[in-house]
Amino acid sequence: MLEIHNLNARVEGADILRNLSLSVKPGEVHAIMGPNGAGKSTLGNVLSGRPGYEVTSGEVLFNSKNLLELEIEERAREGLFLAFQYPVEIPGVTNMEFLKASVDARRKHLGLPDLSSFDFMKLARETSKKVSLDPAFLKRGVNEGFSGGEKKRNEIMQMMLLEPNLCILDETDSGLDIDALQVVAAGVNAMRDGKRSFIVVTHYQRLLDYIVPDFVHVLAAGRIVKTGGKDLALELEAKGYAWLEDEGA
Amino acid sequence: MTEQVENLIRKDYSAGFHTNIESDTLKPGLDEGVVRFISAKKEEPEWMLEWRLKAFRAWQEMEEPTWAHVHYPTINFQALSYYSAPKSMADKPKSLAEVDPELLDMYAKLGIPLHEQEALAGVAVDAVIDSVSVVTTYRAKLEEAGVIFCPISEAIKRFPELVRKYLGTVVPQKDNFYAALNSAVFSDGSFVYIPKGTRCPMELSTYFRINEMNTGQFERTLIVADEGSYVSYLEGCTAPMRDENQLHAAVVELVALDDAQIKYSTVQNWYPGDKEGKGGIYNFVTKRGICHRNARISWTQVETGSAITWKYPSCILKGDNSVGEFYSVALTNNFQQADTGTKMIHIGKNTRSTIVAKGISAGRSQSAYRGLVRINAGAEGARNYTQCDSLLIGDRCGAHTFPYIESKNSSAQIEHEATTSKVSDDQLFLCQQRGLDAEKAVSMIVNGFCREVFKELPMEFAVEAGKLLEVSLEGSVG
Ligand SMILES: Nc1ncnc2c1ncn2[C@@H]1O[C@H](COP(=O)(O)OP(=O)(O)OP(=O)(O)O)[C@@H](O)[C@H]1O
Ligand SMILES: [Mg+2]
Repeated sequence: MLEIHNLNARVEGADILRNLSLSVKPGEVHAIMGPNGAGKSTLGNVLSGRPGYEVTSGEVLFNSKNLLELEIEERAREGLFLAFQYPVEIPGVTNMEFLKASVDARRKHLGLPDLSSFDFMKLARETSKKVSLDPAFLKRGVNEGFSGGEKKRNEIMQMMLLEPNLCILDETDSGLDIDALQVVAAGVNAMRDGKRSFIVVTHYQRLLDYIVPDFVHVLAAGRIVKTGGKDLALELEAKGYAWLEDEGA
Repeated sequence: MTEQVENLIRKDYSAGFHTNIESDTLKPGLDEGVVRFISAKKEEPEWMLEWRLKAFRAWQEMEEPTWAHVHYPTINFQALSYYSAPKSMADKPKSLAEVDPELLDMYAKLGIPLHEQEALAGVAVDAVIDSVSVVTTYRAKLEEAGVIFCPISEAIKRFPELVRKYLGTVVPQKDNFYAALNSAVFSDGSFVYIPKGTRCPMELSTYFRINEMNTGQFERTLIVADEGSYVSYLEGCTAPMRDENQLHAAVVELVALDDAQIKYSTVQNWYPGDKEGKGGIYNFVTKRGICHRNARISWTQVETGSAITWKYPSCILKGDNSVGEFYSVALTNNFQQADTGTKMIHIGKNTRSTIVAKGISAGRSQSAYRGLVRINAGAEGARNYTQCDSLLIGDRCGAHTFPYIESKNSSAQIEHEATTSKVSDDQLFLCQQRGLDAEKAVSMIVNGFCREVFKELPMEFAVEAGKLLEVSLEGSVG
């Protein structure tokens, strides 16, 4: 699904990712934890092609394609989805038209016919209910005036509609109340079908009680310094990150 | 990113073709003889000639205004031709079947079929090329309802009392430099009269097209909505691509008598000039309406064309409880300059006005909103709400607002809101991460920004306006 080999990336002249390697197989859930400023969001941004993030060396294969050669929107249509840590607002563009355009673009890429407006509206309404967003949110501007938690649920709704192959969730749990956390986790779990893969960036092991990962990685200073099973998250919660540096990572 | 956005704004002007139609074009220059020539060509009555001459003499004494936030080389008014008509119009076709097929073809290319059976359902069209009205559709059906919709040159002959009663009452001959010029040399335009208590059975629409080179276009539109009547009127404009600048100086007068309502929508797409700023239409337009008791006038405009736009559709709220509205989207790209806005003059009691102006600037363009809200001493309980939003695409363009407020009545309530925003990298990235290409993303963001104005447009026009913005922004990110 995703093979990252010795990836080095730079932002604003500073080297952020340093020889990062990671392999994600179909159906796997990888959690990434690590201190603030370690490069977790940078990884998601580099993979999705955000302007300003310069890859200096390394290789990334996604569905056996050279991911780094693709345009941002081509990566998305190929099935790479990034749930943003800070979703932006687009005033005046309704959620519904935004979602329809996104889904149309993805379906076109897959060679599927456009959904009729009627079918799409029906699907969008059902999906909004799954993430406990009132369907009225579909008529509002994209993230316009949404609360922090509503924005995050909106991200999950987009993910469900787009049915990506690889979902990168960047701190989707931060700022969520307990109920919303469960809604998000249930959304992700419902989408785990043995083929779709997830990279879940989080600071809290609590989320991993609901979304049980196959692997937990610690990203520090731009590289993966430790990998373990779900128990690693508990250990990190208890001990913090300092002991890893002592280990000479 | 800036570069990215700017590349998106490279567009091709799709209406920029020139049609080979043989024309009678008057040689360049302007003097009393030209005014007399035009009047004679139109077989006008004596009073009309006198009216024109009065305007011409006034114009000769006037100075070209320079207060607008636009810059252009001095226009040589003697180098322009003031009359041009397709030759085939000389023996005046009586019906569509007699109209030169080249002309019909040209309108078809513009997406404006004039054959009634193909025309936009329920829209009557008056097509004006260069200085002459080519054809007006659905006339019979309108006449049944008592509605008059015809070229103004024809109205001057057929309905002289009506024209004479209202012409120049809203925009007097001496109103301003361009209005005076227009009053002297206008060659055609549309005339509309809606009788008392009548709801016009369909949308009325005029498409203006400049075809000839070095020709000024001066149309004159007069719409009179008699007591308790309603009409919705649409105006569309295009021109071929040319290296020289062309002058367009129109006058539109609206009269809404007691309890009448006029909705006037414009989608202006005159040739804006090329990417280097060469060529394009100079658009100096005076549009004004007067509202009598309980009347309402709404101006909705989407301006994407012209090298220079100088335009302030206004409302004189004379009657008590009358309402004036102005909804505007002005998009400028490359080297375009727009100075546009509105004037709301509150005279009657409890008069209300709403202004929603959206300016979008891209490339190296400059756009200015200029608005005046005046509350006269007698306008007890008058209210105005103004909202003025600017959206910048890239960082070499500019947006400016010049709101003027004059209130002589302390009971008036005036509210003004203004915002400036940019199409942000983050918004673009969100859209692209969800699979939209950059062009689609920008046009979606811009359309979202214009939503409040688009919803005021008649349905078919709203779709057209959205598409037009999309084309106008083509190439602005890449
Ligand atoms: N666009 C940018 N401009 C400048 N510096 C950046 C940019 N993006 C990231 N950085 C820097 O790169 C480093 C890694 O940032 P990143 O956002 O990837 O950290 P993170 O691991 O996601 O942290 P957090 O846990 O706080 O979200 C930080 O030092 C950050 O300041
Ligand atoms: Mg982060």
